Amino acid sequence: MKEPLALADSRPSPVAAPTPSRWEALRALDPPLRLVLGALLVTMVAALYAIFVWAPTERTMGHVQRIFYVHVSLAWLSYLAFFVVFVGSLGYLWRRDERWDALARASAEIGVVFTSLFILSGALWGRPVWGTWWTWDARLTTTAILWFIYVAYLMLRAYVPEVPRAARYAAVLGIVGFLDVPIIHLSVQWWRTLHPGPTVIRTDGPQAPPEMVVTLVLASLAFGLLYLALLLVRTRLERLKDEVRHLQQALSLRGE
Amino acid sequence: MDRPMPPEPPAGTLGRYARQLAALVLKDLRLESRRRETLIGVLVFVLLVLALFQFALDLERDAARRLVPGLLWLTLLFAGLLALGRTFAAERDQGTLDGLLVAPLDRSALYLAKVITTVLFMGAVELVALPVFAAVFDVPLLSPGVVCTVLLGTVGFAAAGTLFAALATQTRARDVLLPLLLLPLLVPLLIAAARATDDLLAGAATPVTAPWWELLAGLSALFLGAAVLLFEALLEE
Amino acid sequence: MVKFYGTTPALRGCDLTVAVGERVALLGPNGAGKTTLLKVLATLVRPSAGTLRLFGIDALRAPARVRARIGVLAHETYLYRDLTAAENLRLYGRLYGLDALAERVAAALARVGLADRAHQRVGTLSRGQQQRVALARALLHAPALLLLDEPDTGLDERGQALLADVVRTPGLAVVLTSHALERALTLADRVVLLVDGRVVHTAPAAGLDAAALRNTYGALARA
Repeated sequence: MKEPLALADSRPSPVAAPTPSRWEALRALDPPLRLVLGALLVTMVAALYAIFVWAPTERTMGHVQRIFYVHVSLAWLSYLAFFVVFVGSLGYLWRRDERWDALARASAEIGVVFTSLFILSGALWGRPVWGTWWTWDARLTTTAILWFIYVAYLMLRAYVPEVPRAARYAAVLGIVGFLDVPIIHLSVQWWRTLHPGPTVIRTDGPQAPPEMVVTLVLASLAFGLLYLALLLVRTRLERLKDEVRHLQQALSLRGE
Repeated sequence: MDRPMPPEPPAGTLGRYARQLAALVLKDLRLESRRRETLIGVLVFVLLVLALFQFALDLERDAARRLVPGLLWLTLLFAGLLALGRTFAAERDQGTLDGLLVAPLDRSALYLAKVITTVLFMGAVELVALPVFAAVFDVPLLSPGVVCTVLLGTVGFAAAGTLFAALATQTRARDVLLPLLLLPLLVPLLIAAARATDDLLAGAATPVTAPWWELLAGLSALFLGAAVLLFEALLEE
Repeated sequence: MVKFYGTTPALRGCDLTVAVGERVALLGPNGAGKTTLLKVLATLVRPSAGTLRLFGIDALRAPARVRARIGVLAHETYLYRDLTAAENLRLYGRLYGLDALAERVAAALARVGLADRAHQRVGTLSRGQQQRVALARALLHAPALLLLDEPDTGLDERGQALLADVVRTPGLAVVLTSHALERALTLADRVVLLVDGRVVHTAPAAGLDAAALRNTYGALARA
């Protein structure tokens, strides 16, 4: 069990000590992370119950409509993740503090995972409902473009190995990419309204039964907590990587 | 190194900035006119792509009308990528970038000069591409509306492209990285430019295309503004 | 001051003060950090830690204010091969905001003995001539601090004589790097030895001879 160790508090830990059990590792977690994980567990169970049992079955689409709750939550969280990349990028260029960059790095990765899942869940939904895996629906299309932008962001980071340089380049893309989102959204929206096609997602507005709305809110909350937990873990890991690099630098400074 | 300050040269006035900008643009134009290899290369590429489209799609006249806007803009986009790959070539290969960087020059001037050069360069390419497309596919591409769309699209392309060309040129895998970084960001440009051209070819009056033009102008403004502020971050070491 | 490339330090603690009109030679083996230090002084490279004051100005905060007073002659000539010598100098003259540019360019080219090559493309000039144009470029805006990275490489005999003359310009501070100890001793007032990115020894050039310096150097490099 290597991962829980990486999450553990940075207090001097006995390196030679026997590998801690899962329970010990969990107890060594940051209090905020423990809190988030606890809340995530509760909310996710509640959300899953609401999605699969409590929420009424939609009349025309049937059970497959239940994907909607996951699908829409993923969309919101993707946008949030990319907004955090934007904030982290701005923060890094402004303050030149690597902690901002670690935040941006971590959030970009999670954002790409969430957008991938969003597109996948859209396909799974579209197949039975529209008889096609993919339609150029405005929201799906916009998200697909975002997916390309942030995959490029991750590739850029992979292609430029030196951290300060990679951080500067990635910050530029993180800022410009996010500022481009409204324009992408607008262009795709106009394009689709001028050339209408089938719409996969319909947020059913006020006429949707209240159970559906509550379920959606609950699902979004659960995924929001999942995002937060992943972000905490991932940022922590990135900062440990930075710390290792700084220690290596200090070692090579100290000498031969 | 403390010493009494010699009289400061007239501080960074707008006039001085403009003169520096003009000197940089003039330099690029002069270099291009001396070698001409990039311009001729890109022009031949455009004609080649046009021929390839015809072989691949075997277009009839009516189908051509429908497809020309998309084909035109794809061709310009890829031709532009070729040109962008070369924009910083002289600076990179001859090591002159450091010479420009040690000069008392605002970094945004380096960016804007390359944007202007790219617009002029692509303008020259389009000057040939538009009539040839119009003639080969028999579509009226030389109307003021289409020319205006092409102009706006070119400015937006140069604004975004120059920023990422400067970034990519300093990395190992620049040929792969530049299209990957740039093309997703330019999807709105492709949509707006191709749709506006399509509307115009279908005989729409300009009010219909005005929103697309506003979108293109907004995109250009966004990239120009962001790049002027961010360009310095790409150049420091 | 410290500069890292990745986890490798290129500079690991350099303290250097140059007085007005002083000529300092940075000596050291390949990879000692001479070029990096010079690039930091030229405001091309930001140190990872440390301070840089030039002309009493914090050059890391306000690099633009010091650039106008620094002249750089590096490994690369900073010249566009497809522009003529005069066009190159005019370009840089405009970037530095110089007035009476035509006269300045003519005078600079005359000084390096290339007045008759003014309208020849730099790419067609010999390496030595190119390096002399590069020297003219570095001096065009009459800098107060001249940075020379291995200035003798590529310079022809005529250029080397010219260089010796240039570094004696009254009031001009010079920092140069060199492999050649004898040459450095004739050009500089003071020598600074760099080993592994650290200043290990500094001494006035007067009275030093190359053999003694070589001994010190060998001892330091072994230590």
